[in-house]
Amino acid sequence: MSFEPAPFPVAARRELADSQLRVNLRRATTTIRTKRAAVVSELPDWERLREAGRRIKADAIRHLDEHLERLEESVTRAGGKVHWARDGAEAIEIVARVAREHGSDEVIKVKSLATDEIELNEGLAGRGIRAIETDLAELIIQLANDQSSHILVPAIHRNRAEIRELFRRELGVDELTDEPRELAEVARRYLRSKFLSVPVAVSGANFAVAETGAVGVVESEGNGRMCVTLPRALVSIVGIEKVLPRFRDLEVMLQLLPRSSTGERMNPYTSVWTGVTPGDGPQEFHLVLLDNGRTNVLADPIGRDALHCIRCSACLNVCPVYERTGGHAYRSIYPGPIGAILTPQLRGLEQAPTLPWASSLCGACYEVCPVKIDIPRLLVHLRGRVVREVESQGRPDPEAVAMRAFARILASPRRYRAAQRAGRIGQWPLARRGMIRKLPGPLAGWTAVRDMKPIPRQTFREWWEERR
Amino acid sequence: MSSARDEILARVRAALSDVPADEPAGAEPPRDYETSSPLSGEELTTRFCERVADYRANVFRTEEGAIPVAIRETLAAHGARRVAVPADLPDEWTAEIPEPVVDHPPLSPEDLDGVDGVLTGAALAIAETGTIVLDGGAQQGRRALSLVPDLHICVVRAESIVGSVPEAVEALTPGAQEGRPLTFISGPSATSDIELRRVEGVHGPRRLEVIVVA
Ligand code: SF4
Repeated sequence: MSFEPAPFPVAARRELADSQLRVNLRRATTTIRTKRAAVVSELPDWERLREAGRRIKADAIRHLDEHLERLEESVTRAGGKVHWARDGAEAIEIVARVAREHGSDEVIKVKSLATDEIELNEGLAGRGIRAIETDLAELIIQLANDQSSHILVPAIHRNRAEIRELFRRELGVDELTDEPRELAEVARRYLRSKFLSVPVAVSGANFAVAETGAVGVVESEGNGRMCVTLPRALVSIVGIEKVLPRFRDLEVMLQLLPRSSTGERMNPYTSVWTGVTPGDGPQEFHLVLLDNGRTNVLADPIGRDALHCIRCSACLNVCPVYERTGGHAYRSIYPGPIGAILTPQLRGLEQAPTLPWASSLCGACYEVCPVKIDIPRLLVHLRGRVVREVESQGRPDPEAVAMRAFARILASPRRYRAAQRAGRIGQWPLARRGMIRKLPGPLAGWTAVRDMKPIPRQTFREWWEERR
Repeated sequence: MSSARDEILARVRAALSDVPADEPAGAEPPRDYETSSPLSGEELTTRFCERVADYRANVFRTEEGAIPVAIRETLAAHGARRVAVPADLPDEWTAEIPEPVVDHPPLSPEDLDGVDGVLTGAALAIAETGTIVLDGGAQQGRRALSLVPDLHICVVRAESIVGSVPEAVEALTPGAQEGRPLTFISGPSATSDIELRRVEGVHGPRRLEVIVVA
């Protein structure tokens, strides 16, 4: 899955035209939002849990080196093998090696953002290994050669008729209605043979406990359980920020995550395993600790809060910008508010300089974030960094230029009045139905992302002067 | 050439140079959230049964002496004859199964795929969330056993029901420190991936029957 690097405003405009996407997305976000609110209100200690969650993650991140070394020790003691991967290519190579050692040209895979981030499937394909997605939505996306639009329900932009056609074509099933139950059954039958036969599985993890070496996957369908239980070997690719200091911290995370994510008191299945258990599950376990840009995020004392994210997707479901543009506009596997703060930091600000502006700073994301990441603060901080750093590299940000021109005008009453008079004359070809949608020259950056009120025929100042 | 490990750790340390050297790692967070449930005894059992039922699993309340009857009736309701069991299940339970298939020596995944269901006990259960936890201990067998068959019948004893998630994590800690694998089960497998319509049962057991013994 790879994204063309269209900046957010351009991609958003394209996605806004897709009404199917918008209708589906609005239904999804509204439904999940309502469910979340109901199960969160059940817990009188929700705010205290959030604060505990925040503090656990803050400690994990501020002392990441120590926790990682401890995790490595614990997993090794429990019979697992720990690998470190600087980037995606190194992680992919480790998976490929394990597959080859087991003589397999297929691996089964449970949905994981980290593996999507490093484009594991494409990387393995280049090495002659097929990665089979086992999550229903991921399977749909894989078969359709499509891209995820939501962290939690990635195929939400597809409707059942499309999915039926896809399964007919790709899985060779002729008699098939578009009843979701029947479609799920087709996926079950297709994947069951894979679960029973493919010797190597790849997973991500929702957490890895430094104290005991426990690694956990939180899921709904049971494909995660299949992948971490049935194959001979399991490779888990885990971002270094996923470490939790103590086993006890699970009592906080296992309450925060399901309620924030799917709006359930608990998700159907959570698997927790520690290295290798004789006679139970894979007898070979590889834990791949992935950097891939995370240490860049860590180096920004404010920006590093983005690494606290537990990928619940609650911030997506409340975001007015996300609800309208959808996940594809962010051109990253991390969409919505979390994507707006994480993607530019992971890839480098110059790769995604418009994303920190993909927000109205309304603060809804902060309100729902189970680990209290102050997303608006991070957005503003990153906007500042983009203006300072990207611009100084000789690629002026259009909005920054517009802002600076504007600041010069505002700095002098004389220049301001002159600009208003000039503007009133100059704007008439631009204003349409009481709005300016496109400014000329370097000012175009301002209207690329918003419409603007034209200057009124008479300003307050002129009216006041007239009355004196 | 430095190893990836050394390089990543060095990058992490360099990135964290603003963190005071004397700030200790592993500071305990405030744990002023609820660590124990206000419910007890019968209330716990009732709450657990309600919450399991919310997930559209079937709950069957019974007494110690009537476990075999409950097993017999549940099997009959699903027409399940060949049922896999861990080797340490009580004989009175196994006796109710028309064709018990004991996981000893270990059954192959294909064998497990061919049975009608599986019968196990549980390590504990959580009332607040309607969750069953398996830790590979007594009467539970290995993970594949309770995963591959399409019907899971799980016997939960009332005295093993705790109120909250923190109580469960505390009780599971000694086992987890020994490296026992844990499976938290809250209802049957489910997906909402197609138009957000909930479908019970994708890859894990599509039907979950819980027999609660008070
Ligand atoms: S930023 Fe917070 S709300 Fe958004 S996905 Fe991450 S943890 Fe959830």
